[in-house]
Amino acid sequence: MEHIVIIGNGISGVTAARHIRKLSDKKITIISAETEFFFSRTALMYVYMGHMKFEHTQPYENWFWEKNNINLKKGFVSSINSEEKNVVFSDNTKLSYDKLIIATGSKPNKFGWPGQDLDGVMGMYHKQDLENLEKYAPDNKTCKRAVIVGGGLIGIELAEMLRSRKIPVTFLVRETSFWNGVLPAQESELINNHIKEHHIDLRLSTNLKEIKADENGRVKSVIIEETGEEIACDVVGLTAGVTPNIDFIKNSGIELGRGVKVNRFLETNTKDVYAIGDCAEQHDAIGQRRNIEAVWYTGRMMGETLAQTICGNKTEYKPGHWFNSAKFLDIEYQTYGWVFSERSKKENEAYFQWQHPKDNKCITISFDKNTNTFLGINTFGIRMRHEIFDKWLTEKRSIEHVLEYLSDANFDPEFYKLHEAEIVAKFNKENNATIQLKKKSWKRIFSKS
Amino acid sequence: MKFIKQTGLVLFLLGLFIFIATIFTGSFSLTQSELDTYISEKGYKSELIKEELSKAIVTSENLNIFQFSSKVRGAFDKSNNHYDALIAKYDAEKNWDKKGAQFQYKIYGKPHSLSFELAKKAGKGFAPENTGLAWFLTFGLGILGALLFIIPDVVLLGKPGIKNDGIFLNAATNRGWIGWFAFVFLVTFYILLYFMPDLIVNWVYLVDPISKSISGNAASQWFLYGFLYCVVMTVMAVRMYIKYRHNKYQILRTTSVLFFQIVFAFLIPEILVRFEKPWYDFKNAFPLDYDFFFKWNLDELLSSGGFGLFILVWGVVLTIVVVPVMVYFFGKRWYCSWVCGCGGLAETLGDPYRQNSSKTLLSWRVERIVIHSVLVFVLVMTGFALYTFFSGADQVIGIKTQTIQDIYGFLIGAVFAGVIGTGFYPIFGNRVWCRFGCPLAAYLGFIQRFKSRFRITTNGGQCISCGNCSTYCEQGIDVRAYAQKGENIVRSSCVGCGVCSAVCPRGVLKLENGPEEGRINPTDVLLGNDVDLMELVNNK
Repeated sequence: MEHIVIIGNGISGVTAARHIRKLSDKKITIISAETEFFFSRTALMYVYMGHMKFEHTQPYENWFWEKNNINLKKGFVSSINSEEKNVVFSDNTKLSYDKLIIATGSKPNKFGWPGQDLDGVMGMYHKQDLENLEKYAPDNKTCKRAVIVGGGLIGIELAEMLRSRKIPVTFLVRETSFWNGVLPAQESELINNHIKEHHIDLRLSTNLKEIKADENGRVKSVIIEETGEEIACDVVGLTAGVTPNIDFIKNSGIELGRGVKVNRFLETNTKDVYAIGDCAEQHDAIGQRRNIEAVWYTGRMMGETLAQTICGNKTEYKPGHWFNSAKFLDIEYQTYGWVFSERSKKENEAYFQWQHPKDNKCITISFDKNTNTFLGINTFGIRMRHEIFDKWLTEKRSIEHVLEYLSDANFDPEFYKLHEAEIVAKFNKENNATIQLKKKSWKRIFSKS
Repeated sequence: MKFIKQTGLVLFLLGLFIFIATIFTGSFSLTQSELDTYISEKGYKSELIKEELSKAIVTSENLNIFQFSSKVRGAFDKSNNHYDALIAKYDAEKNWDKKGAQFQYKIYGKPHSLSFELAKKAGKGFAPENTGLAWFLTFGLGILGALLFIIPDVVLLGKPGIKNDGIFLNAATNRGWIGWFAFVFLVTFYILLYFMPDLIVNWVYLVDPISKSISGNAASQWFLYGFLYCVVMTVMAVRMYIKYRHNKYQILRTTSVLFFQIVFAFLIPEILVRFEKPWYDFKNAFPLDYDFFFKWNLDELLSSGGFGLFILVWGVVLTIVVVPVMVYFFGKRWYCSWVCGCGGLAETLGDPYRQNSSKTLLSWRVERIVIHSVLVFVLVMTGFALYTFFSGADQVIGIKTQTIQDIYGFLIGAVFAGVIGTGFYPIFGNRVWCRFGCPLAAYLGFIQRFKSRFRITTNGGQCISCGNCSTYCEQGIDVRAYAQKGENIVRSSCVGCGVCSAVCPRGVLKLENGPEEGRINPTDVLLGNDVDLMELVNNK
């Protein structure tokens, strides 16, 4: 029986294992050094915040693995021997494979800051980071202030976590406005204000120079690059992005870039070795996607796709239209298609924007100003229907069409106040258009394109 | 703000303490003439009971309620034992005439209920005599304290949004010692209410004036329960309004259950009594209203003229037409979390405990077996009751209808729905009764699962498997298991509370009523992954 070995028990590896099991009776082993069972990394924050217990982050009960005949092995892989087709653990034991899937995910970036390995400095990625945080920041007496370095999605989540225990937070963001490499200015500004509403000391255009230690090798303070200011703190969170977690693969003959290089079938240059999830790097970008995508759902999709290939139905990895979502403190964010920030959008891309006068709600629709083709939408504080936007993107609808049928796309809970009429009115006014908003229609919503 | 909150907590606990302490206050005795009147009103023929009760409770001693209860029960016991002994004696002598003559002297009824009736007439002291002051020091302080504790959250919780911080770090909500304390309190309360009402007669005194002003009668323990139910729901609804003030679905739903509890379950039935009509809760549908088809109820309705007949017809139409039709269009939520009283308590008092419901596959299995067994039980019992009603025979295939009714009333009506159903909130999550026991929920569930427009739609591929939805599902549905597969959630047990949708950080879940077609949508590959689906399916 063919033995499939998967390194990494995150969403990619586990999805691959589950789908291989659905499709075959191959022997499957999942290796992890982090935890015994699969858990949802995205939910770690809720454990610290007390919304959940760790067990709630585990999507499958502990009996699931044995029942589905998926072997779980706890261990740290220190190297891969692709000639002999085995992996070597840190205790020098070996496990041989017929096919190997590398799904080791990411690790937090460290940019060589002085003091970056002190006690009390941590990322927010692994379960061990959560345990560290409980140790160094259990409450606002032990941790009188925390400094977070790096203004991305994990940074703002870590800030939210610490604030849930009333710990004062200073948030150092390199950019002039929060996440404005990704978000249009209107939305970035909205989040800036919302961060401050939550009593987070947001420092824009600010870089970390160094982290200082006390006599016990614990964090004492940080120094700001620009001003030389020293901020006393007990915890430093490093959340300046992630990179593929592939150090152990070096010297194995498997081609590496920043991640493990794979083709469209998720195959590496080495026979019977595949890579999926955050650690995989496409030779050529797919559409406007990045070569490495550290996103939950792409990891899952690569797992689904690779399972097909491994079980004899060779399938190309074809992520569809880009979509994503996040939550910034109290504000939900969804995006479908491509909306680039002012900093990176192309010449033919134009915005139509709407913002609620009081509430934290706004949208940006990106469209081609030559053809009026709808390119993408960002929504803040409004939920949208994935199927509908996916269909409109496939059908290359115009922005007028999107606005006319916008009611079909709303996904807010029942009885919520809807804003489509205001949105369409604003567009009509700005563009001398006469779009009539259509009433929501179940028939359209469920018609397949 | 924090100071107000803490003051509120102190006042609430003080009110609770006085409330509990009230049980132990007062003295209970009757004069001989009061007792004589009572005995003749009741028509007791026993010679002994008069003597025994006189000895027991016509006294200048200061009996507290426990002594009073035990003496009264002792007196009834003595009288009944005396006649039981005579019955046994004549039985042995085969003196059938004399044996038969003894039964009229026996006194039937639950000892604690007999004792309650007497205690209600016999009380003196704090609760019966200073009712207004006592009400303020118990209910008043409790309500005031609770509101002072809850209302500062408008500020303390910060901006509107999901505020679940610290729920699993707090002993009140993570099955910690406060939760266990609440559990013991609730279970004790229900045991006293259902099985030893005489011991809480002082509480009943507190609501006498309110009862008299509504129905014209003195309060029973059931009036106390109804009033307390409304008070608790109202106060905890304020908490819901604050916690979910960003979520209009929750606000409207909370208002709806509160309205139906106060108006339909509490006021209208009491007012009906004032106009000498049968006590009836128009929204309480069979089989949750399990005694609707009992002989005594049908007899009462049929003897109440046109109005009784109207109730009878409405009760039947409610169950076989209104309920299923509404479930078809809106899902069972229209009843379970917009109208029902049990649901109403679960969604207000029970809301802080929703995360404690078990999500394991095992608990789902247990749930299905238990709830459907209760449904079968209630249907069989109702079959017996109707047979008895129409044929007049008091037993079917050798089993007494009354016995079955008593067993159901005790096991399901009291122990399951009350003691376990509500008492276990802090441990097994709210909705213990709705999830494991309610036969109406089981019936609605069948319709919701097989013939309804309701579903919780999963939004394509947006789910990140975080598990907030499953954690906060009061019915123990593993919502995430569906959402992460891109499947809509169509489950018979879903009561449509809407909290999974509210707590989802990625906008993945929406409760909606849409076309039946495509409602259940098993997906092999999630949206976003552009593999050729037809090819995939054909290759299977």
